[in-house]
Amino acid sequence: MSTRLATGGRLIDRSKSLTFTFDGKPMRGFQGDTLAAALLAGGQVLLGRSFKYHRPRGLLASGAEEPNALVNLGRNARQEPDQRVTMTELFDGLEASSQNRWPSLAFDIGAINDKLYKMFPAGFYYKTFMISLGAWAKVFEPVIRRAAGLGNAAKEADPDRYEQAYAFCDVLVAGGGVAGLAAALSEGRAGKRVILMEMTAHWGGRAPVDGGLIDGLSPDDWIAKTLAELRTLPNVRLMERTMVAGMHLHGSIIAYERVADHTPGDGRPRHRLWRVRPGITINAAGATERPLAFAGNDVPGVMLASAVRDYIVNWAVSPGDRVVVVANNDDAYRTALAVLDAGLSVPAVIDARDNVTGVLPMQVKARGVRILEGRGIARVLGRTGVTGVAICAQAGEGGVIETLPCDCVAMSGGWSPNVHLWSHVGGKLSWDADAALFRPDATRPPTGRDGGPIAASVGAANGLLTLDAIAAEAGMSAEVEPEAPLAPVWIMPAGATQALRYKSFLDFQNDVKVSDVELAAREGYTSVEHTKRYTTLGMASDQGKSSNINGLAILSDALGQTIPETGTTTFRPPYNPISFGAMAGEARGELFQPRRRTAMQDWHEAQHYHWEPVGFWRRPYCYPKAGESHRDAVNREIVNTRTNVGVLDASTLGKILVKGPDAGKFLDMMYTNMMSTLPVGKCRYGLMCNENGFLSDDGVVVRLSEDSWLCHTTSGGADRIHAHMEDWLQCEWWDWKVWTANLTEQYAQIAVVGPKARKVLEALGGMDVSKAALPFMGWAEGTLAGLPVRVYRISFSGELSYEIAVPANMGAALWDKVIAAGKAFGMMPYGTEALHVMRAEKGFIMIGDETDGTVIPQDLGLGWAISKKKADYIGKRAQQRSFMVAPDRWQLVGLETLDGSVLPDGAYATAEGFNANGQRNTQGRVTSSYYSPTLKKGIAMGLVPNGPARMGEVLEFPAGDKLFRARIVDPCFYDKEGEKSDV
Amino acid sequence: MSEAVSALKGESHTGFATVAEAGLTGMVTIRADLGSKTLADALGPMGLSVPGLRGVVAADGRSLAWMSPDELMLFCGYDEAPKIAADLTAAFGGEHSLVVNVSDMRSLFVVSGAKGDEVLMKLCPVDMATLPQMEMRRTRAAQTGVAFWRSGPGEIRLICFRSVAGYMMGLLEVSSRRGGEIF
Repeated sequence: MSTRLATGGRLIDRSKSLTFTFDGKPMRGFQGDTLAAALLAGGQVLLGRSFKYHRPRGLLASGAEEPNALVNLGRNARQEPDQRVTMTELFDGLEASSQNRWPSLAFDIGAINDKLYKMFPAGFYYKTFMISLGAWAKVFEPVIRRAAGLGNAAKEADPDRYEQAYAFCDVLVAGGGVAGLAAALSEGRAGKRVILMEMTAHWGGRAPVDGGLIDGLSPDDWIAKTLAELRTLPNVRLMERTMVAGMHLHGSIIAYERVADHTPGDGRPRHRLWRVRPGITINAAGATERPLAFAGNDVPGVMLASAVRDYIVNWAVSPGDRVVVVANNDDAYRTALAVLDAGLSVPAVIDARDNVTGVLPMQVKARGVRILEGRGIARVLGRTGVTGVAICAQAGEGGVIETLPCDCVAMSGGWSPNVHLWSHVGGKLSWDADAALFRPDATRPPTGRDGGPIAASVGAANGLLTLDAIAAEAGMSAEVEPEAPLAPVWIMPAGATQALRYKSFLDFQNDVKVSDVELAAREGYTSVEHTKRYTTLGMASDQGKSSNINGLAILSDALGQTIPETGTTTFRPPYNPISFGAMAGEARGELFQPRRRTAMQDWHEAQHYHWEPVGFWRRPYCYPKAGESHRDAVNREIVNTRTNVGVLDASTLGKILVKGPDAGKFLDMMYTNMMSTLPVGKCRYGLMCNENGFLSDDGVVVRLSEDSWLCHTTSGGADRIHAHMEDWLQCEWWDWKVWTANLTEQYAQIAVVGPKARKVLEALGGMDVSKAALPFMGWAEGTLAGLPVRVYRISFSGELSYEIAVPANMGAALWDKVIAAGKAFGMMPYGTEALHVMRAEKGFIMIGDETDGTVIPQDLGLGWAISKKKADYIGKRAQQRSFMVAPDRWQLVGLETLDGSVLPDGAYATAEGFNANGQRNTQGRVTSSYYSPTLKKGIAMGLVPNGPARMGEVLEFPAGDKLFRARIVDPCFYDKEGEKSDV
Repeated sequence: MSEAVSALKGESHTGFATVAEAGLTGMVTIRADLGSKTLADALGPMGLSVPGLRGVVAADGRSLAWMSPDELMLFCGYDEAPKIAADLTAAFGGEHSLVVNVSDMRSLFVVSGAKGDEVLMKLCPVDMATLPQMEMRRTRAAQTGVAFWRSGPGEIRLICFRSVAGYMMGLLEVSSRRGGEIF
């Protein structure tokens, strides 16, 4: 029975009592407790059910490596599954509940899986799901989704705040134990900018629990003295509760600060994700103790030896009254001493080694404890808690020699350095056969941009497992009991029977046993990476911190090769799980993405407009009136524009100023048509192609002055085209005298469109907008309603049209005046869908509809916009390639259904026969299709092989269970002569 | 010009730092050979000189910032920007240059307070601790491009495109909320 000890507990404040609940049961703890310590102090040994077999599980560890004790924290919007109790600081009012059990933790129906364990061997999923795809979707997935997994995600939006931050330093030290503190102090004294991050709330790591003297001081005193000096150094920043989660390319670091997990509701952001750019990262992340693989090593009450003494020393929690220690090394004897010091009993230390003579074992022996040499545990007695151990010869097959009653087993299979950070971007490891561990190979570090090292390792993370070695590395002295060598023990007993191997767990979180890894080897898995995926060893949220080395040692044995020959799996960030909230940071809700707003956006919103995304803009799609469908609104807007006048917010169009003595020459290269000859005061529609000849963008080019042009681009193309221009100017034609400026956002642009458009501008007053003064494809500057404007006579609808550019800060003012002036003429605003339909009625192409990156202007009947006189333009050579001039290229035509219905957008026209894949051959596809309220029927454009030569032909477009028949016609459906725009 | 309004009409918020849209501000882009004597001569009467690499200079309420090896940005009064742009254009005469009034395409924000740096530390990959006074940083804030400089003690000026002014204010507001102090 675990309980709180009457005295001690270096991390708890007994004057501050906290209350919390576990599965609804009220419990108490102290300030400074982890949830793990408080649960254990309250006698709660059973904490969860395992992932696959639903076996009862309790605490294995006291830190980040804990595989079993994951609980659900909080409720409703603040519900959070799979939280490690060892990493959760207790706070008043904490609510925790166990996971993966039904109906209750003590009685769990799913535990039947444990009785059927032979049905769930390694590779069970793969073997089962090979049966059929249908069986997966209909049978296995639903069943497994219910049965497997641990906690459940919250169903409400997270109400807490998260953020990110950037930091820069010369040296980042990961881990605030003795080695990390010493490294930070040394670098700090040298004047480096240092950041020291410690993932827990406490400095000093294991040293205060494990004891010894550092420079003549107790670990606690040395830590206090070192921290005091570090805090005087302005160039050193100490960060608690901050985990260095991963090292990434070029040494950039992601770190995870748990700002307010332990103080919920205090108004601070909960987590903060740091992106750090250190010169070098020193990994001082310590080491993780390994379990031993014996039958029943997962029964609640079997814990890592270091964790047992952590709970006793740090939190004054006794994991049990009678603690049996089982080990292959001297370090574990510290646990026996800690148990004895706490006044508890150690019935025996079971040591797999034959001759145990070390200083620590002798201290334990001197206190009257039996040391059973050359022995192992045959199996643990008890199911939901330890009741005893059956002891056998380590060299045998598990024949029981004696049975010892106990309620806690402290096991130690040695230690593995936490080499994760070193390894994330390629630091190599060497196998140390004497210490049975992988340590960083300092001659093969991860390297940065200059090929130099971007990481170093110190302390236990560097394979130095004793205080004197750690101190010596840091140039200090230490006194500590010497330790005799360990004996590598990967299974206990060495000749364990299959029955024992079936119950000897390697990966506690994913329920992978010794027998599973051996089965994988027998089935031909020789790569450790494949074995990992086949057995799921090391694939859970603990990423195999406690299981990886044991697992690959078992695999090596099964394959008859050495451990370094097998090698490790790849270490990947993050070291421990980090919250999605921290990853999202501020990017949620309104700030999920930048939302671009025109100067008139407030007005659009006030009309309850229906919008569509165009890049990061939200352009009005239509402005439905009360009770009006979007379709009806679009039709109304079109009819009103064609009969009266409409107004469009065209501000999003790209506007790039190009100026200089060589600007004309430059634009002649950028566009397929001739821009250098465009007279001042005139506008010309132009096409831009990429180097491969494909149509990239289009828009109206305006000749502003002798040496300056304004190039309009598509709304989505402004930044891309500006970059395209700068690319050519900076990289290819660097000696041409041309400057560009992207003025897209300088102007709000308002299109006044329709037969009564001129009347609206005349009502605004201030400049002559008559045909004589401002003819079609001309422009003029002046004032309208007292505001400075530039007016372009350009039309994308086929109607009389003025596009008015005004400084953006006056956009809203002009818009309001236009709306007011237009009232008398029946003016209504229209959106992008009306714009699209009207341009399609005119047969005007749209970049992204008629083009898809494989279409050249010649395909679209735009040969008229391609200069024959120019020696060159971007794309010209490409357009002369044989397949670009082939007569059977798919070319633009109009399509008119025989019954007036609307063709489905994107539908393909079928041709005779089938292709090699058994699919119908095709002969064209629909690129734009709309209902035209002007023509009162469906209209469409499409690309058809040699289409313009096939006028009048009828094509068939199957779509779903319907067959559409459409005649090839001219793509211009409205005002072919263009009379309406030129009035 | 009275009908001109800035994107956020001077909106401001105070948390552990104050973040505010500065309202209408004149901005003039100058693209030219920055070593041009004509340019230096034209700036002289305003008390300004061509700033060095990433530098910002100020005089009489106007600032001139280095934006790239061939681009400067002049910050001035909103109403005087058209004339300054026209005068500079005239001063260059036939010398290859591009001077254009861009006062309407960007929004100017001011972050002020002793902890103002911490607001931008959350948004911009910039080493704030080593950023000197009057040095321009062209970078990003979360997902949008920005440029900023220390314009005075405890004061940072930041520009972004006008269309994302609302997004920018959202970023600044949430990043300056009380309780979110980093140090």
